[in-house]
Amino acid sequence: MSNSTLPTKQRDHISTPVSAGLGESVARPDGTLKVTGDFAFSSDLWAEGMLWASTLRSPHPHARIKSINIAPALKINGVSAVLTHDDVPGAKLYGLEIIDQPVLAFDTIRFHGEAIAIVAADHPETAKRAAQAIIVEYEILEPVIDPDFAISGKAPVIHTGGNITRHVPILFGPQDLTADVVVKGEYEVGMQDQAPLGPESGLAIPAEDGGIDLYLSTQWLHVDRGQLATVLGLPPEKVRLTLAGVGGAFGAREDLSMQAHVSLLAMRTGKPVKIVYSREESFFGHVHRHPGKLRYEHGVTKEGKLVYVKATIVLDGGAYASSSPAVCANAACFAVGPYEVESATINSYVAYTNNPPCGAMRGFGAVQTAFAYESQMDKIAEVLGMDPIDLRLKNAMSRNSLMPTGQPIDSAAPVAEILEKLRAMPLPPLTSTTEGFDIIELPGGASNATHGEGVRRGIGYALGVKNVGFSEGFDDYSTAKVSLQIINGEPVVEVHTAAAEVGQGLVTLKGQIARTELGVQRVVVHVSDTQVGSAGSTSASRQSYVTGGAVMTACKAVRDEILLFAMEKLGHLHPHLLHFRATYLLVDGEIRDGNGTLVSSLADLVQDRIFECTREYRHRPTTPIDPITGQGLPHTQFAFAGHRAVVDVDIETGLVKVIEMATVQDVGKALNPQAIEGQIEGGTAQGLGLAILEEIQVVNGKVKNPSFTDYLIPTVLDMPPVRSIILEYADEHAPYGLRGVGEAPTISSTPAIVSAIRAATGLALTRVPVRPEHITSTM
Amino acid sequence: MRLTCTVNGKTEVIDDIWPGESLLYVLRERMGLPGAKNACEQGECGSCSVHIDGVLVCACLVAAGQVEGAQIQTVEGLAGATELHPVQQAYLDAGAVQCGFCTPGLIVATVDLLDKNSDPTDNEIREALAGNLCRCTGYAKILDAVRLAAARLEKTGKA
Repeated sequence: MSNSTLPTKQRDHISTPVSAGLGESVARPDGTLKVTGDFAFSSDLWAEGMLWASTLRSPHPHARIKSINIAPALKINGVSAVLTHDDVPGAKLYGLEIIDQPVLAFDTIRFHGEAIAIVAADHPETAKRAAQAIIVEYEILEPVIDPDFAISGKAPVIHTGGNITRHVPILFGPQDLTADVVVKGEYEVGMQDQAPLGPESGLAIPAEDGGIDLYLSTQWLHVDRGQLATVLGLPPEKVRLTLAGVGGAFGAREDLSMQAHVSLLAMRTGKPVKIVYSREESFFGHVHRHPGKLRYEHGVTKEGKLVYVKATIVLDGGAYASSSPAVCANAACFAVGPYEVESATINSYVAYTNNPPCGAMRGFGAVQTAFAYESQMDKIAEVLGMDPIDLRLKNAMSRNSLMPTGQPIDSAAPVAEILEKLRAMPLPPLTSTTEGFDIIELPGGASNATHGEGVRRGIGYALGVKNVGFSEGFDDYSTAKVSLQIINGEPVVEVHTAAAEVGQGLVTLKGQIARTELGVQRVVVHVSDTQVGSAGSTSASRQSYVTGGAVMTACKAVRDEILLFAMEKLGHLHPHLLHFRATYLLVDGEIRDGNGTLVSSLADLVQDRIFECTREYRHRPTTPIDPITGQGLPHTQFAFAGHRAVVDVDIETGLVKVIEMATVQDVGKALNPQAIEGQIEGGTAQGLGLAILEEIQVVNGKVKNPSFTDYLIPTVLDMPPVRSIILEYADEHAPYGLRGVGEAPTISSTPAIVSAIRAATGLALTRVPVRPEHITSTM
Repeated sequence: MRLTCTVNGKTEVIDDIWPGESLLYVLRERMGLPGAKNACEQGECGSCSVHIDGVLVCACLVAAGQVEGAQIQTVEGLAGATELHPVQQAYLDAGAVQCGFCTPGLIVATVDLLDKNSDPTDNEIREALAGNLCRCTGYAKILDAVRLAAARLEKTGKA
């Protein structure tokens, strides 16, 4: 029977377009639980009969383990298990890019804080005391602490294969150019910590099938699963991970930390085991931002045109590789910054040392170089007597400019506009001229360090650029499962991915995409787990792009199946279709013909069927870079941002008060403006931290400040108002034209603040974080 | 050790507490109230902020035995049966929540501030919240949330 006679429904109502779709500042679906305290973070979990885990870590940065005696720990009442490397059933080593890190140390200790043994007990205090009761005999070795020395060929070898974890050379353009003016500089970046507020934590529950169910914080469930399966000696399908609430990440959760340990203890005891790091253990348990030494030489014309850039970058990767190889490549690729140059000679190294392992942190190699190249740009401007903004404008990249890898930028690169807009934004008044100003607005704040005497104002500008998405030919994809069904007469869409929501708001965006694509108001976003294909990492500013792309693609597939079904059910010969020679459309949750006339509600059409599609999404392929020349097409998208910092510096005490940060960033398309502002403001704050506050103090391989008392992240008193302008130049290659947002605001924030401090003090300031003594000792 | 205290208006009697446990541990692990968070456990981050007899404290710095007989209010006690507390609603509306780990502590500290000062200046807000660390937001939207909550409370006369 043909359905072509099905009467067209009279439009007895005007359908409402979906709200909370793309482009709106949609509220977080997990927001209510987060403000009431009911949101279950990975440290909040509980299971009947669960045990608590604790870790014994090395007090030495470099040592040989002569013996481990666990007997004293086992004797303690309440202790269920004490495990060492002998108890690891599968591979004893793991790693993201190079398999070099022991699950539990054996033979050699390579950094202060390396895990040696783990304990499960009935109370966290018992577990902690038992871990401390384990007796380890060490032969203490001299640590290799200087990355330059580590790669000199004269240092003891930390891993077989040598201390150069990776060397990335880039030779771009003619290599023999000379220039009117040569400006050299050496710069240093300290070790920054991601310091997410949520500690590493999770709950492992042994399963009846011999596998394990894990509820924990991470940035990439599937890469954890792959590593865990190898370590635990289980097939991957028996390692099931569910993302618990994640208290921030910023790169700190890319590597395994507690995952294998808590799993081993659960499998050994047959009981659920919970682990929650203290803040101190968190500082030892995750990788940090690479400290680096960066030696630069710029050749420029008298008019301020860059001729060549030569840079030697040495990053300290610490004891294990983590994501050092990729960070090393990023530092090389973004060594010049968002500037056109005829010739570049870059050598980027990352070294093994006995310092804490370093890996991913927001900005990923581009932060270190931005401090160096922007410091150089200021220095060049000074040498030439040019305005630093004019110098940058003269060299600013634009669409079709070439990166030093030879890769053309094939979407918007509004670098000049970013600068012009930064320059045009109004400046805050001098604090001392503000009526009734409060002492907390001055450097030193309520500590009453100054009443304004000795306070100098400075203004500084900086630009930054970084890739979005994984690079160098990596098969970078995400998976989304989307279904549509009718529940209580109303269409409901379910979205399921394995993508890690770490606070950035992807959970909101997935719902927005589904509402916009399918015109259905009610969207349920599932908890992320390994029951669906990999989403890739919540890293590299990539999830909106790649998981967003997967959700978009899966939604379109569901829509196509529904419309195909509509053709089958309602018939191809529907008069309206014949007339308009078109297919049905799914608009605002209704089936319409080409004229926009209602044909059927979704509920009437779909009835008790479930339409479900799983789709993968890949961004455009990238290529490896040539190992000799560094040439290639390693990136798929570039993000550009700039900052203007206004600071007051008390030259008598060296205290700095950042008065205002202004920033301009191209986001391609603002899919959730409020969430984007949040990323920009938060990223700016982390850049401020690196500029003047945050550094892990490592002395002779030992970490001196693993606490929030001694490692200072910005408070609300440190963080000034942020004035931001969001540009929207759609990237024609990306879903909805979006450009990854998360990292760019961290990159230019730091050099802009240091530039402003230089402007206030006249000092060279070649190291971050800038400390008071850097200002007072040279004034 | 036995502890008797009132939490969010309800009398609680908890047995078998190890005397070294903090109020934070007892709330989170023995009372099923994980809203107060454990980000530093040394009084630096404010994410475990609660009220003890009306005084804002970091629960991590209080030994369980110190709250014998005390009235404790946690973030879980702020919302009504059907409505969020205006401060909670303002944090949502202002976009002040990202990962949310600092949020309960900030909300408790904001309620404390607005109870004492219904119309705080930005500097007063900054001073009051200086003991609460947030790593995600850069604080801009937290300031927005406090201003919004103050304005709404002023309007409804609840402040």
